[in-house]
Amino acid sequence: MTRPLLLRGGRVIDPGRGLDEVLDVLLADGVVARIGRDLEAPEGADVRDAGGLVVAPGLIDVHVHLREPGGEHKETIATGARAAAAGGFTAVCAMPNTDPPVDDPAAVGFVRAAGARAGGARVYPTGAVSIGQAGERLAEIGEMVAAGAVAITDDGRPVSDAGLMRLALEYSRTFGIPVASHCEEKALSRGGSMNEGIVSTRLGLTGIPNAAEDVMIARDLILAELTGGRLHVQHVSTARGVAMIREARARGVAVTAEATPHHLTLTDEAVDGYDTNAKMNPPLRTAADVEAVRAGFADGTLDVLATDHAPHHYDEKEQAFDDAPFGIVGLETAFGLCMTELVEKGVLTLPELIRRMSTNPARAFGLPGGTLAEGTIADVSVLDPSAAWTVDPARFYSKSRNTPFAGRKLRGRAALTIVGGVVVYDVAAPPPRQPALERRHA
Amino acid sequence: MPSAPYLGKDLVGLEELDADQIRGILDTAEPFKEISERAIKKVPVLRGKTIVNLFFEPSTRTRISFEFAEKRLSADTVNVAASGSSVQKGETLVDTARNLEAMRIDMVVIRHGSSGAARFLGERIPSNVINAGDGRHEHPTQALLDMLTIRDHLGRLEGVRVCIVGDVLHSRVARSNIWGLTKLGAEVAVCGPPTLLPAGVEELGVRVFTRVEEAIEWAEVLNVLRLQLERMHAGYIPSLREYNRVFGITRERVERAPRDLLILHPGPMNRGVEIDSDVADGEHSVILDQVTNGVAVRMAVLYLLAGGAPDKAEVAKHGVE
Repeated sequence: MTRPLLLRGGRVIDPGRGLDEVLDVLLADGVVARIGRDLEAPEGADVRDAGGLVVAPGLIDVHVHLREPGGEHKETIATGARAAAAGGFTAVCAMPNTDPPVDDPAAVGFVRAAGARAGGARVYPTGAVSIGQAGERLAEIGEMVAAGAVAITDDGRPVSDAGLMRLALEYSRTFGIPVASHCEEKALSRGGSMNEGIVSTRLGLTGIPNAAEDVMIARDLILAELTGGRLHVQHVSTARGVAMIREARARGVAVTAEATPHHLTLTDEAVDGYDTNAKMNPPLRTAADVEAVRAGFADGTLDVLATDHAPHHYDEKEQAFDDAPFGIVGLETAFGLCMTELVEKGVLTLPELIRRMSTNPARAFGLPGGTLAEGTIADVSVLDPSAAWTVDPARFYSKSRNTPFAGRKLRGRAALTIVGGVVVYDVAAPPPRQPALERRHA
Repeated sequence: MPSAPYLGKDLVGLEELDADQIRGILDTAEPFKEISERAIKKVPVLRGKTIVNLFFEPSTRTRISFEFAEKRLSADTVNVAASGSSVQKGETLVDTARNLEAMRIDMVVIRHGSSGAARFLGERIPSNVINAGDGRHEHPTQALLDMLTIRDHLGRLEGVRVCIVGDVLHSRVARSNIWGLTKLGAEVAVCGPPTLLPAGVEELGVRVFTRVEEAIEWAEVLNVLRLQLERMHAGYIPSLREYNRVFGITRERVERAPRDLLILHPGPMNRGVEIDSDVADGEHSVILDQVTNGVAVRMAVLYLLAGGAPDKAEVAKHGVE
């Protein structure tokens, strides 16, 4: 039995219940035991002063790549779970595009077991839509859900066959899980490595037009409406994509959607100089798209913040732009970027940010947590909204360092990450880091 | 030699240069032209310098042109072609760079299929790096020799109307020409099937034609790009025959032009596709002058990157420091 934990005098924000007050929070027996004023510390309790800090339901990232099995040189489930904890996340959803892909109950069980051993954030597996993510036949969705999968997705290898996508949205209804879709029409994006526009023209790189994303978002929204399935649109990057999701939700389509920290803060200008840490899919778009993604995030059209944490080894990123893989790490910079670039700049309030980082992702994926209601699991993020720090990839817990935000000065970071009532990250007593893997130049 | 190099360490593209630097290269090429006309085509400008010509893509014309330029300036040169090199054994560009660095090479001329490769190399080694074509990005010495050829024939670049015709989307020659010509005050247009024009190209300050007749009506100079057979296989155009019919530079079209045209082509030509033989071999063509100027322009670039100055070129080539 773990010691009870009393968080004293923090600003307790629970967006699902409209709570935003300075209160004490008592965690005991793995659940939120009591919230109130001047709570008495039980015998043997660990009492922490949360004055000046924010006490929130645990942050949840529904879109991370932990690379295990098959890509352990980039990340493992253990390092990814610890990176998540250091970023203030109490739970993450691991994408199934590993090698081999997570497309059967045994693989789901492996991810779950490795996550439970990691000692960081909770790791929820997701399963592939199709066997081998080959886009041909449905994987054993029911078996995977029984083994612990919380969603299905062919992220990284999007479902190109509209008929298969229809079947996935229909079949998944039995299990009440969402189908998470990386919306990309490969026939329009093939060969592309960045946003199509004046920057790609200048740099001589093959562009990926907004249309490659938009036509797939349109298709999936129409199929969600047809089937009544739960569609979760991943990492929306285009203005038209935001508009179509807004319109579909108003019509009653069951759709949730992600915004990523990088699509909220960077444009394709970041690629200038061929920075492979600005190469991701979907690509960074134009200022008009960033504006629309921000507006959609602010008004709740994009109701979930997700990082698409995509670690890559430095050997893979230190190549010509065309040859480098897509993706950046995001777990350890997400909260700070959102505080600095969105909350401090008035795009949305801190409670609304927490809603999109905890309440909404828990609801979208049917996960425990997302609230501090008494009796729910004691997954709590204690955040220091005003802590100033500078992004130093050498200090990441992730195995990989591929971020375009190195050197960025941010305000806001995790102070204490609590999973099931147990402190898994404490900024005052941080767990040891892995030595940085970096090439030394002469 | 001056302490601040005239062009900086590398020549990656014309986007990074200002008008004076570009003009300086063209002016420096003038005195170097004469060396190639001598019986003994050698001056000691780069004596003792080692240069690697690192070609990850096949090239005959550009590689030979660089090699002649280097040899006529007395540099020691080594050619590395991708086939048979360690590159084919899976060595990464960064490891290639580190090996070159370890061998203390003075200059590297690189041709690579990926946009940004020359800059990538230049950021990682202390040697001077010259871009001999990187993906679809830039091919600065080609544009410089095109500009020198236009200037030789028309006596100016300012206000000259140049239309680049063909597969602009995949063309590094087009991009370098657009930067160089617009910086020196020429008016630039591009013309081609819309499937082969890059997104937002007009934002680079160029006019866009999708009918070659309109381009010819407007232009004084046509720079005709090579149309690669792969573009037909990839579906950008239905057939080479149709391309020739709709966009080919034919004698009939050239004769209907309202003024005498100057016709350039960076080579190698597909006769009967983007350009007809009677145009390529006709009185408007300056295609072989381009080749001659290529050696002089590359000598100028090598000399300037090695620390030379445009106003010292005439003296330097006589071996008097």
